[in-house]
Amino acid sequence: MFDFIVDHYNYWTYIGLMIIGFYAMMTKRNLIKKIIGMNIFQSAIIFFFISSSVKKGVTVPILEHAHGHAAHGLEHVTHAVDAMQYANPLPHVLMLTAIVVMVATLGVALAVAIMIYRKYHTLEEDEIIMAIKRD
Amino acid sequence: MIEQIPILIVVIPLLSSFLCPLIGLWRKEGCYFWAVFSLSLHCLASVNTLVTVIESGTINYYVGNWSPPWGIEVVVDHLSAYTVVIVSFMSLFAAIYAKRTVEQELPGKIVHFYTVFLLLVTGLSGIVVTGDVFNLYVFLEISALACYALIAVGEDRAPVASFRYVVMGTIGACFYLLGVGYLYIVTGSLNMGDLSTLLPELYANRVVQTAFVFMLIGSGIKIALFPLHTWQPDAYTYAPSAVSVIISTAMAKTSIYALIRIIFSVFTLDFIIGFAPIFDIICWISAIAMIFGSIYAITQSNLKRMLAYSSIANVGYIMLGVGLSTSTTLGLTPVLMHILNHAVMKGCMFMVACAFIYKAGLRDIKDFVGLGRKMPYASFAFILAALAMIGMPPSVGFITKWYLILAALDAGKYIFVGVIFFSTLLMIVYFWRVIEIMYIRVEEGEGSEIRVDEMPMSMLTPALILAVLCFVIGIVWLSGAPSPILDAVNSGFGLGVLP
Repeated sequence: MFDFIVDHYNYWTYIGLMIIGFYAMMTKRNLIKKIIGMNIFQSAIIFFFISSSVKKGVTVPILEHAHGHAAHGLEHVTHAVDAMQYANPLPHVLMLTAIVVMVATLGVALAVAIMIYRKYHTLEEDEIIMAIKRD
Repeated sequence: MIEQIPILIVVIPLLSSFLCPLIGLWRKEGCYFWAVFSLSLHCLASVNTLVTVIESGTINYYVGNWSPPWGIEVVVDHLSAYTVVIVSFMSLFAAIYAKRTVEQELPGKIVHFYTVFLLLVTGLSGIVVTGDVFNLYVFLEISALACYALIAVGEDRAPVASFRYVVMGTIGACFYLLGVGYLYIVTGSLNMGDLSTLLPELYANRVVQTAFVFMLIGSGIKIALFPLHTWQPDAYTYAPSAVSVIISTAMAKTSIYALIRIIFSVFTLDFIIGFAPIFDIICWISAIAMIFGSIYAITQSNLKRMLAYSSIANVGYIMLGVGLSTSTTLGLTPVLMHILNHAVMKGCMFMVACAFIYKAGLRDIKDFVGLGRKMPYASFAFILAALAMIGMPPSVGFITKWYLILAALDAGKYIFVGVIFFSTLLMIVYFWRVIEIMYIRVEEGEGSEIRVDEMPMSMLTPALILAVLCFVIGIVWLSGAPSPILDAVNSGFGLGVLP
């Protein structure tokens, strides 16, 4: 059991971060805290993807001398590539896109928070609800 | 050129969205015509795709000529072609309708509005044509982000509604992304077609099952399925008029499309039947949504809000069709029908409801006294759509209910027939209330003269077209002309044949 927890520490970290973010989004009354929670939630997923691509004792996925091999009589370079020697680049590329989405979401969320502040002069959710009820 | 058309469905609104600010620099009014022009092109492209798909089957387009599973694939089969036509026509109608309402509601933001509007259409069309689960996530977020921004500029409580939607929508999208991650870790692939061939060996794997649940909940939030609907009524109510129209028609439908895609294309029927009684659960949740959505709709005083709750009930109808699809020979037929039918009916109703706000500033149903004579054409369109919604033959609502009842009888689940009848009764209650106030009740102290003050042509035309379509499409369904599409979708998913 102990080994199971230690061996998968990356997944435990991501689960912990995700729960922290989720908790902040659901229970915090302050809108900025909600946004921070949202950001933690999204970062947790990015950690999860990146940690899934990690391998021990491997190198960057760049083929050295790939074009040069043909000259040495090796036509089919792909046969010589051993995937086990390289880290998986795809999750990194996916997360590059996800980070862009995340930044955009953060931007929109903050912009909306500014609109709310200009309208109600507060960022506390209960005060906003009270202001809405007063209208 | 002609073989590039599937990708043009995404490229046309994307490029025109970026060109829109440039046109806005030259002429502000030009943006409206630019949006209508590019959405017309979009309609042409999507109709062309639908015709090609019907003639020669599924189109597989490799973006950048990278063959799948490495590259991103655009797959247009019967279901996507059918949905993309709905999306593009609904966006076009919403854009035509938008002209006057945007000038009134967002006078300083005309250029921004059309730019983001086109971006929203990009996201929606992308969801429908993509054949890659991660790409689907990106398009989901493009459409959602555009939608947050468009809702936030609305009236009154709109920023708060938008913020709630940002939080809920992000949770939904993140759950979906987690599901994608789980699938990627066990299979090493992101292509839908590739996944469906790799997954059968892993159906007993707990990671795959967790991924399925995550993706189901994620898209459940996006489509506002009953217990996850909390963001929806506020967002529909306070959004600017044209945005209410497009999110209640095109946006809700593409999210349902994404859910159907995930259930039937990525995870196939064998998996779900072997995993858990998901379809029974979906049936019961939708039954609750149908009844509670209608009851909430009855208690609302604001017309747009009433329509929003009615949308929750109608999502219930569509999901009931999904839940029944495996145990009947009709398969997804009622689902596909109601995706189009509900878009037409709700589009028309939101157009009229927003026209009441535009012309007379009336939001509450109790203030509608005499509107039937004041805005005769608009009220007439509303009545046609309301009758269709209640289910007067041969309208589209009747067709949906008829086929849903057939499906429920076929599946031997008689309780859902009762649920459909009960929810129809509730619908009659809330639509009759509106019609009664508009036409029958007479305002005290006012003479017989009521000045006709109709909504402008740019708003009236799309509303009337949709109102007439409510009945025309019903007759088209009855004639059986679209059955090749329905049969192709059902046989593609292995539905329609009982085990």
